[in-house]
Amino acid sequence: MSLELIATYAVAVFLFIGSFFIIVASIGLLKLNDPMTRLHAPTKAGTLGIGAYLLAAMIHSFTVGEGSLHELLIMGFIFVTAPVSANFMAKANIHRRDCMQPPALPEGDTWATLNVPEEDREIEETARHT
Amino acid sequence: MMRPIRWLLPHPFLTILLAVVWILLQNKLSAGMVVFGLILGIVIPILTARWWTDRPQGIRPLRMLTYVLLVLWDIIVANVQVAWIILTKSNDSMKPAWVVIPLDLKEPEAISILAGTITLTPGTVSADLSDCGRYLLVHALDADDPDAVRDEIKDRYERRLKEIFL
Repeated sequence: MSLELIATYAVAVFLFIGSFFIIVASIGLLKLNDPMTRLHAPTKAGTLGIGAYLLAAMIHSFTVGEGSLHELLIMGFIFVTAPVSANFMAKANIHRRDCMQPPALPEGDTWATLNVPEEDREIEETARHT
Repeated sequence: MMRPIRWLLPHPFLTILLAVVWILLQNKLSAGMVVFGLILGIVIPILTARWWTDRPQGIRPLRMLTYVLLVLWDIIVANVQVAWIILTKSNDSMKPAWVVIPLDLKEPEAISILAGTITLTPGTVSADLSDCGRYLLVHALDADDPDAVRDEIKDRYERRLKEIFL
């Protein structure tokens, strides 16, 4: 009984922690005013917020009935895919010139995103946000 | 003796990973599922072997484990810091900055792990890679001193990743 009680409290605490970070991420999404800084907010919800939720789900499943480790997979896939989507949004921002431009590189090297092939320059111009 | 083993298990780590993912997908442990997971883990690496010709020769598993634990801890600490910044600082007093990180790492696998780590630790998002893969572009949410951010990433993550990949 007492173990069950401790587990219940642990579930509640982790749910609270998860909700806190997801609320902070939503506040950040509304409050921040630059596309690049706004990108920082969802990466927070993706890592600690969802991580705490899934931990709560796992503790709950182990105390009530059969244990479940599915959640580890969800966490793993989120941790692998979140940086990729963030990277693509950052690239879109750089293309649209929505943010301050990245610093120039030494010795004629260019950023991969800014290195647009000659035949695509026109598309790049029309996509530019003015 | 080694030849047949290398032929059957060209990528032992991928074999274990596939078996574990299969068992986790089933969400219950039974002998039949373990055997089927191992069959998948042996067949898929053999079928896909031709697509990863230049993979790193090996990693140090123990250092990889400490690296993962370090990153998990950093995610928690940095999340709290960023939550504090979002809740207390006004937009005008924030100092977002681009940070350029010159890379010593050569392997694409190591660079992707570094970029993923940078994005997952809040406050920094890796945005772009230079054409030749020698520089990494990182956006910092609130950096008074971009050089300090660069030095910390190089010292904390890149140095460890260099030790992990042989």
